[in-house]
Amino acid sequence: MSGRRQPLDPHLVERLWRTPAPKPAYDVVVVGAGGHGLSTAYYLAKNHGITNVAVLERGWLGGGNMGRNTTVVRSNYLWDQSAAIYEFSLKLWESLEDELDFDVLLSQRGVVALAHSTHDVREIKRRVSANHANGIDAEWLEPAELKRFVPIINISPEVRYPVLGGSLQRRGGIARHDHVAWGYAHAADRMGVDIIQNCEVTDFLRDGDRITGVQTTRGPIAAGNVALAAAGHTSTLADRLGIRLPIQSHPLQALVSELIEPFLDTVIMSNTVHVYVSQADKGELVMGAGIDAFNSYAQRGSFLIIERMLAAAIELFPIFSQVRVLRTWAGIVDVCPDASPIIGPLPLGNLYVNTGWGTGGFKATPASGWVYAHTIATGQPHELNAPFQLDRFRSGALVDEHGAAGVAH
Amino acid sequence: MLLISCPWCGPREEIEFRNGGEAGVAAPEPDAEPTTDEISGFLFFRSNPKGSFHERWNHSHGCRRWVSLTRSTITHEIESESQPTGRFRP
Ligand SMILES: Cc1cc2nc3c(=O)[nH]c(=O)nc-3n(C[C@H](O)[C@H](O)[C@H](O)COP(=O)(O)OP(=O)(O)OC[C@H]3O[C@@H](n4cnc5c(N)ncnc54)[C@H](O)[C@@H]3O)c2cc1C
Ligand SMILES: [Zn+2]
Repeated sequence: MSGRRQPLDPHLVERLWRTPAPKPAYDVVVVGAGGHGLSTAYYLAKNHGITNVAVLERGWLGGGNMGRNTTVVRSNYLWDQSAAIYEFSLKLWESLEDELDFDVLLSQRGVVALAHSTHDVREIKRRVSANHANGIDAEWLEPAELKRFVPIINISPEVRYPVLGGSLQRRGGIARHDHVAWGYAHAADRMGVDIIQNCEVTDFLRDGDRITGVQTTRGPIAAGNVALAAAGHTSTLADRLGIRLPIQSHPLQALVSELIEPFLDTVIMSNTVHVYVSQADKGELVMGAGIDAFNSYAQRGSFLIIERMLAAAIELFPIFSQVRVLRTWAGIVDVCPDASPIIGPLPLGNLYVNTGWGTGGFKATPASGWVYAHTIATGQPHELNAPFQLDRFRSGALVDEHGAAGVAH
Repeated sequence: MLLISCPWCGPREEIEFRNGGEAGVAAPEPDAEPTTDEISGFLFFRSNPKGSFHERWNHSHGCRRWVSLTRSTITHEIESESQPTGRFRP
């Protein structure tokens, strides 16, 4: 790495991938070295034999949402279209260590979603049965069963939002985000992909209604195809071309506590009281909440969100009240009106977009790269991303996942 | 937390308000027989600038009226006076 900002151990990182100078031209230029950009480059090389690929990154690899998320992995979405792509992703996760020959520390410790109102109970039970219909593992737990599964949870009816039950996906869990980024980067690099950090795309090269490359802070780079994977910054790129996207950028925050003894061996989330929590293997509690309501690119959110999330956490888990917060941070997430992604061509030739994953795209990292690579290599969406085209905001064929993805990640 | 000026109530904390997204987005007039693109644009497409953003807030825990203002999405600084919004200036 030749960057100014080097948060990672430079010796380790140096060995995992090369630091090439940009070539004048590539078959595919991927914009953004987050999880999705890196997995796209990997599957372009692996599944389609396209290795003359560059991944351009304005900062450092994995320094965006990929390195800031709370690593929840699951596939229990409501609609068939989402269930199909997220379940495909979970299956890829289950063999990812062998695929990449790299430790991604997937821990299938279960993901619980709590219900606190009659509406929640109906909505979550409906989702459990939709999951069953799609062959996805899901269980409904009554409060007493929940208490056996998570002994520290407070199921008292005396609280403001009592726990009325919850769903459990046992195959869900967490993984180590940095390792996933490094694993894809390493494997893509070995197949010839150039990963170029500190290289911001500032504009596009065009020939009429076709894109022919990108302008960068390290000079122009020609490209057969340009594939955006810039998460919360996608609109700033589309704006250069006058293309409007139904995306709003918001801060999403998370925090970790000081290190404590292991006592929580699953992931618990609540949409209603806006908190979710897991315990990382080092011992810190990892907690997240919802987005700030306003648009922002600042990578910092409001303290009031943290305050509310901690109040909710302490009501659910009174044992947390003595634990101190160690660190808080934010990422900028790309929120789509139906809480589902957009993966496909844009209305200019040779230009593709993969965005709108909002608060929940980490779990999709393998599948997103797989279907995006297919779309770029063949010019046609894969059957799994065919429902997730920009045109759905004209046709009205939305894939509304607010229940499964609104707060939950 | 933002400190937002309400034209009727004065400066109030952000928690009293609900964010209403981009300001100035008018619904298509029903009589104008809007095209699919106009309807889709009104329903789903909003500007998302990195910089100055003209947005609406509803003083939901105060006077319940709508205001619009310009705020930086880079620094969060509020850059303009709040304006009352209305049917012809949404
Ligand atoms: C606090 C938080 C918690 C989350 N928790 C979860 C979770 O538990 N489970 C889950 O599934 N998802 C979660 N997410 C969402 C998930 O992190 C994102 O959906 C996903 O990481 C987005 O894809 P990405 O990894 O490619 O994005 P990013 O890592 O953000 O990658 C985009 C990259 O593009 C680069 N870039 C932008 N503009 C340019 C440019 N002009 N030129 C060059 N490079 C550019 C950026 O620097 C960045 O590195 C969370 C997100 C946050 C912020
Ligand atoms: Zn007021």
